[in-house]
Parts: sequence; C-alpha cells; structure tokens
Amino acid sequence: MERRRETATASTLVLDVPGWPGHQPGQHLDVRLTADDGYQAARSYSLAAPADGDRVEITVQRVPDGEVSSYLADATQSDDAVEVRGPVGGWFVWNPQGDSRPVLLVAGGSGVVPLMAMIRSRDGARPAPPFRLIYSVRSPDDRIYDQELRRRATEDGDLDVTFIYTRTAPGGEARPVGRISADDLSMYGFPVVEEPIVYVCGPTGFVERVSDLLIDLGHDPAKIKTERFGPSGP
Amino acid sequence: MEGPADVLEVVVMSIVSRGFRGRRRDSNQRLPPGQYLTDDFPVLSAGPTPRISLDDWEFTVVTELGQSHRWSWKELTGLSAESVTADIHCVTRWSKLDTAWRGVSIDTLLADVETAADFALIHSYGGYSTNLPLEDLLDGKAWVAYEYNGQELAPEHGGPARLLVPHLYFWKSAKWVRGIELMPQDFPGFWEQLGYHDYGDPWREQRYQGD
Amino acid sequence: MSERTEFAFYDGNSLAGPLSEVFAVELTTAVGRCRSCGKSSEVATFRVYGPEPGFVGHCPHCEDVLLRLVRTPDALWLDFSGVSALRISMPADSTGS
Repeated sequence: MERRRETATASTLVLDVPGWPGHQPGQHLDVRLTADDGYQAARSYSLAAPADGDRVEITVQRVPDGEVSSYLADATQSDDAVEVRGPVGGWFVWNPQGDSRPVLLVAGGSGVVPLMAMIRSRDGARPAPPFRLIYSVRSPDDRIYDQELRRRATEDGDLDVTFIYTRTAPGGEARPVGRISADDLSMYGFPVVEEPIVYVCGPTGFVERVSDLLIDLGHDPAKIKTERFGPSGP
Repeated sequence: MEGPADVLEVVVMSIVSRGFRGRRRDSNQRLPPGQYLTDDFPVLSAGPTPRISLDDWEFTVVTELGQSHRWSWKELTGLSAESVTADIHCVTRWSKLDTAWRGVSIDTLLADVETAADFALIHSYGGYSTNLPLEDLLDGKAWVAYEYNGQELAPEHGGPARLLVPHLYFWKSAKWVRGIELMPQDFPGFWEQLGYHDYGDPWREQRYQGD
Repeated sequence: MSERTEFAFYDGNSLAGPLSEVFAVELTTAVGRCRSCGKSSEVATFRVYGPEPGFVGHCPHCEDVLLRLVRTPDALWLDFSGVSALRISMPADSTGS
C-alpha cells in the first residue's frame, strides 16, 4: 500500500488487491479493520481512479474522531494489510462506453472522489462526452486533486473545472465566497436543453440543496444521480 | 453494456491490521465490558426527527385488556417530577457517566393502572418501538424524561420526552416516547426484531440475540 | 449539533456493501415499490439512517420505513417488508438457457 497526501486532511491510498476484477467509476470499496483484540470497524470508500490491474486507489478524508479514516490516512505503512471487499455499488456510476451525453459533476468537499474517478475514466471513453465539474470547497487548501484537475482542464478542451469557495477564496477570485447557488449551476453547468446527466456527491445537506436548485432550473430529476455521505464521512 | 462488475471477496478471514486499535475500550469500574467513555452525546437515529407540538403531544398507557390512560403535556409535567443522575451505555459502545435528567417516574404513571401484564412495548412518535419486562420499568428504574442537564430535552435527543431506563442499553430508552403497551407476552420492538437482544443488559453484554 | 441532526442520513448507495454480502446481484440499482405510498424508487435513492445500530432505509417520497439491515458478528438480519415489490434488472438472455 502506498499513501499520497492530497490536502492537510485527505490522503490517497493505493492498494494492491490480487485478483481485482475491475470496476466502474463511482463504485466503492469496503474496508474492514480488525484490532488484535478482535475489535472491528468497517467503512465504505469511493474508488478514486480506474483500476490499474490489481492496483486500486481510494482517497480518505480524515474526519474528527474517525477511527478508520485516521488509521488509513495517517497510521498505515506500506506493508500493512487491510481487509477489503468490492467493488460495490452500481447506481452512482458513469459508463464510459455507454453514453455520449454531456456530464455535469457537482462535488461538495470530499464528494469529489467518485467524480474524479469519472473524470479519470474519460481517457478510455470513445468519444469522450463534454464534462463540467463544479467543485465546492471551503478554502483553496481544501482542494483535493487540485493540480491534476487544473492540468486536465488545460489539456482537455472538453473538460471544464470550476471551484466554488464557501469561506475563503484565493486572491483574484471574482466570485464572492458563499454557498453554491442556482447562478453557479447555470453559469458553470450545461444548459437544460443539452440534457446533461448530472452526478452530485457531497455531504447530505449539500446534495439536498444542489438537487433542489437543479430541479428548479428545469433539470430532469431522473437524470440527476446523487450520493450523500453523513456526519461520519464517506 | 456491461453490468456491474462481479463482487469479489478478496479476503475471507479476518486479518489483523497492524497498529489499528479503534476507539479505545477503557477499563473503568463504572464501564460495562466493551464500552468506551465519551464526553459527547452522540446522536443515533433510525429516521427523521419527529416534530410534535406540545398541544398535540400525549402519553398513553394501554393495558392488556385495552384500557387506556392518557396524559396531555400539561398533565404530565404537572405530575411530581424526579431528578435522576445516571450512567448511560449505548450498544454502539459509547458510555457517558453522570448524565442528569428530570422527569416523571413510571411508578407514578402506572400507580392507578390495573394490570397483570409481565411485558411492556414502548411506542414512539415516528414509529420506533422497544420491548422490555414490565418490572424493569418499575421500582424507580425508569422515567419519562423531559429535561436534560437542566434544559428542556432537545429534539435530537428525544424531546419533548423520552423514556429513560439507564440500567439497560440505551436503545431501550426510546426517544420521542408516546406510550406504553402492556402485554402478557414479550413482543420484539424495532431493533429487537432485527437481531438485537430482547433484554439488553450492558453488564452481561447482551447486545444481540443469543448473547 | 443541529446540522448533524438535520442531515444525519445518507442514501441507499451506502447499502451496496452490506447487501453484496448476501445477494449475488447488485441490489442498489433495483427499484422498490413502497408498500405505504405505492411509489417506486431505486434502492440507491432510499434515505438511509445508520450504519449504527443498523441501517434503516426510508421511502424518499413518504418517509415510511422500507428496509432494515443489521450486521451482527455472526449474522445479517434483513427486513424488506416495507417494499411490496422489487424490480431487479436481468440480462435479457438469462432465461430459458
């Protein structure tokens, strides 16, 4: 297992899983930890990238008092073993082979992880439909995959990335800080007439708000897929 | 189009993850086995928090013969109340010491209720239920509590009123309580139907059926 | 505390792992009909509270309980009684072969 620091509180783990059968972007991996006295704790994490043979990636956001996330994000060493099961899930997924409709991704905080897996799967999609990511973070320091997102947006004319800052914005940012709004979704998303598929992932309150705004803008509720994580994190 | 990838059980046996301890399990004479201490008051819910106006709130005791006894909010809070300090133990392994409550003893509520029942099924607003022997509600062991730490009980902790049965795992202390159904036989409640223990003594670690 | 309470639910995506322990097909894409209000929704869109002491899935339309799932150390307990019918997509060529 390898660990890559993404932000002060988020790390990406690369796991070697012999016999991994492959997965779709958006699917999860369940992790179960066992202490030497038999105590167990399990959590589900979104896979962050397409599978590379037996190597799979998850990105773990450390949550306060999170017994699993703090172990994975800080304590593990490269030859430590964890028990995993997966891939699991099949609803909040994008099929790179199956669909050429535009894709709008809306992320709140670490909800960007499964959406990043979809962006990283664009490389294998023929033809790759246009993607737009609207990514809400508290401050610039909270951006996961910051450099890679910027690089991909620069290299890939069909990928737009917009950051929404809710508390602190970097210098020169024109948009005032604040929660994501209907204006943000219409300005940085796709027009309703283009009938995008929409994936929204984040904390429950964020997902509820964004879905309501999208439906008010006229998006078809049947084309909005959502994934919520609660107070103890994904 | 491909369906979801096949699920693979990568490891079937439990393997110990080196250095993983999980939340500390403390040893303290006031802690039942397998519990850890917390200063927080974690909120666990099986559904949305019911919002009940005090004008509509009522507490009902129904006997095994179908006789009903009802208290409005005003009537309940007009009964003599007791202050209770107790340790509470949640089946999800947190324990909290010296929690301070105020409410009406179930002895007071059942004083004029004629019953030969041995069991009680507690019902809550929102549909939750939990079962326990009637004797565990009597003799100063259980209350309908409406104050916590000197303040009115917050909705997320079961307000306006919750059952308080601190000697059993805390899922028996039903939030948003609305009544007691007295029964000649035990009948499993919301979690007891899904594998949790019918009695739930934390000192005997009766978490699941069969424990 | 209030935010934590108000939004202390997830959705049915979080049931994928536990359900995959016992079902051979991916069940979160299945469509369940609520016994109470009659409306249909994908299991992934159920409003889910949990995971402790257990998962409780509520109807996204009427909030009634659709399913309950508890994982004990040696068993999985599942109550689907709030769902009157479950539609599971199957490959079209999987019958009669």
